[in-house]
Amino acid sequence: MATTIASTHATVLPQPKKVATAVAYTNADRASRSGIWVGIFAITMSFAAFTSALFVRQGTNDWTHLVLPSLLYVNTLVLLASSATFELSRRSLTGGALIEYAGARKALGWLAVTLVLGLAFCVGQYMVWQQLRAAGIYLATNPNSSFFYVLTVIHALHVLAGIIALVYLMGRLVASHSTFRRNYFENTAIYWHFMGVLWVYLFLLCRTKL
Amino acid sequence: MAESSVQPAHVHAPPEGFIRKHVFSLDHKVIGKQYYALAIVAVFTGMFLSWLMRIHLVWPTAKIPGLELLSKAGAPGGVMTPEYYLSLLTMHGTLMVFFVLTNAPFAAFGNYFLPIQIGAEDMAFPRFNMMSFWTTFVAWVVLMLAFVIPDGPPISGWTMYAPLSAVGKDAGPGMQWGASCWAVSIAFFCAASLLGALNFIATTLDLRAKGMTLMRMPLCTWAWFITSCISLLAFAVLLPACILLILDRHAGTSFFIPAGLVISDRVQPHSGGSPLLWQHLFWFFGHPEVYIAILPSMGIVSHILVNSMRKPLLSAKVVIYSMMSIGFLSYMVWGHHMFLSGMNPMSALAFSFPTLTITIPATILTLVWVGSLYGANIQINSASLFAIGFISMFVSGGVSGFFLAQPSIDIYLHATYFVVGHFHMVMGVASLFGVFAGTYFWYPKMTGRYLSEGLGKLHFWITFIGTYCIFMPFHYLGLIGNVRRYQSFVDDFMAPYLPLHKFITIAALITGGAQLIFLFNLIYSHFKGKVAPDNPWNATTLEWSIPSPPPWNNFGDRHPIVYHDPYQYGVKGSKGDFVMQDSPEQVIASGD
Repeated sequence: MATTIASTHATVLPQPKKVATAVAYTNADRASRSGIWVGIFAITMSFAAFTSALFVRQGTNDWTHLVLPSLLYVNTLVLLASSATFELSRRSLTGGALIEYAGARKALGWLAVTLVLGLAFCVGQYMVWQQLRAAGIYLATNPNSSFFYVLTVIHALHVLAGIIALVYLMGRLVASHSTFRRNYFENTAIYWHFMGVLWVYLFLLCRTKL
Repeated sequence: MAESSVQPAHVHAPPEGFIRKHVFSLDHKVIGKQYYALAIVAVFTGMFLSWLMRIHLVWPTAKIPGLELLSKAGAPGGVMTPEYYLSLLTMHGTLMVFFVLTNAPFAAFGNYFLPIQIGAEDMAFPRFNMMSFWTTFVAWVVLMLAFVIPDGPPISGWTMYAPLSAVGKDAGPGMQWGASCWAVSIAFFCAASLLGALNFIATTLDLRAKGMTLMRMPLCTWAWFITSCISLLAFAVLLPACILLILDRHAGTSFFIPAGLVISDRVQPHSGGSPLLWQHLFWFFGHPEVYIAILPSMGIVSHILVNSMRKPLLSAKVVIYSMMSIGFLSYMVWGHHMFLSGMNPMSALAFSFPTLTITIPATILTLVWVGSLYGANIQINSASLFAIGFISMFVSGGVSGFFLAQPSIDIYLHATYFVVGHFHMVMGVASLFGVFAGTYFWYPKMTGRYLSEGLGKLHFWITFIGTYCIFMPFHYLGLIGNVRRYQSFVDDFMAPYLPLHKFITIAALITGGAQLIFLFNLIYSHFKGKVAPDNPWNATTLEWSIPSPPPWNNFGDRHPIVYHDPYQYGVKGSKGDFVMQDSPEQVIASGD
């Protein structure tokens, strides 16, 4: 039965024409794009849960507002700048679903800058935690500091995941640029931009007293 | 095949070696079976625990042989302590809700059949899929660790209500490390479920075969898809809750623990947290979880019923939209678990309304099933019996939901056996009936052999009657005022009802025993069962168009093309009264 149906299909299905220049996106490409958006949605939902917990906790009478280290402004700028360089890198790509060699070489330079900025952000966050600790503000000191540490640490872990993806991306670009799917690049970029947006949101959330 | 040149190469190479084939497999079918096996282990553990609890409940001084080996402190001389009863209760609930009701109907069958039913070669992200299962496995191991660590499993119940769950050893036995095992285990479980849900969604959206439009997907695929959307939202909230709970327990924070709390004569060194916050976060997950458990079974049951009726459902679209609205409404009702938490009566009303609204799509679903059954020449076999049994359980268990959804009545019924009877029937047994139906239906596809029909029917009748014997009296006991989670009722106002409790215990032992028939059937039929053809039920969906058991890449080098809606039964085709989804022949006449 399987064979009869398959042979019927072979006649029914029009033969696809091979496109010489740009390679088309496949279902797998589309699935991984959906995957990254669904993942972003899940992360958003988790932080929404943290946010609602924070609102509830702010309503209690032991809430003391934290004065955040000004280094955080620098970190914010660094992370936003890394998004910009990632975008510059993405724009220098050429080719369709597969990345072409010439574009990949240009893209690599900006990616390296992105990586450095991303690492700088993580180091900056670490320094912020150190500053707070030096001021005697620890995780359990007061509810605001608890939320600050929880939110920033979990965000930093997500950024670290992005950095790992970025390193993998650069490795693949160097090793196999001609067979490398553009989709992986763009998905990483979407995730990275989302980390920037998420950070701005978290920073405002920690900074403002509602 | 000619068309294979346009598609990418296989998503993964054919597996080689024992480890790649059976342990760290990327194949969705193997992963599905692994989930199923884990669910079987968990369900029998959970059932065994319920036996122990039922025995203790009616014979509190009974010596249970061997129980001392499980826990010296929990059962000195083989007699269970009241605290150990609570430990077993917690483990029973956690195992059943997470590792059985979430895993079996959704992760196990969904993994196995969703890609095949939409004509895909595998899940979108096979590696993530493998990681989901093994993370779930780690979660199970961590949970079971609670049995072997010195202070035993936690005594807080599966809802882990703060502040007692957050303060550590002052809250009683099992609350020091046992509760930590629970929290870490559930955090792992959440992560695994999120990965799994992501995979299901991407697969359904993007890997459908040519011609497989969304509306042509089989109803169980729809159910798994909707369920994955629900789990994505629900577990994404439980995970942060678990993280905050772990921090409260081990890092000295005060998210859930209020100031000046005295437990076991000790002032807890915490300030200002909100125990209600845990309840909100937990039930924001917890209520959708109910639908995570039952929606897949609704889909499976629809899928099987329509096959055994040999005619289409009254409306498959209505089933899809009803399941969607149930999924959507499940997010607006979590507060109905908290009517007695001191919430504003107006908020109670606001939660009561959508809860009662859920009965509308649920009733529509039931009407579609029952209305379709009307006049159908149904083929009675184990699968269809369990499918019909599902409707029975769903209605019987669901009706008591009307009562509980109303704050004024819930004040009286809250935390009684009425609630326990309600959720065991509608969430527990009903979704397990879906799993049983699915097992009898798909076993020939998964193994190439039938399950024994005789044993299957015996299993059905004992389980069906036994379930009613166990859980119907629960409602009655609840109305009398029998509070849940008490370890015995021998010396209070409930003493006159002890005979009823004894009846329930005996019914539970017999019904549980019948599950051993099922287990035997699963193992025996694997080796000695009657050999089944590729499409034993004359079914129409894509999983029946491939060999049994399916090859590693499902369709071989073929890329199926879908021409029809999923359930072309009662039509004239070349092979009888049905036309398969991927059959290019035209449908001549529809229905009766």
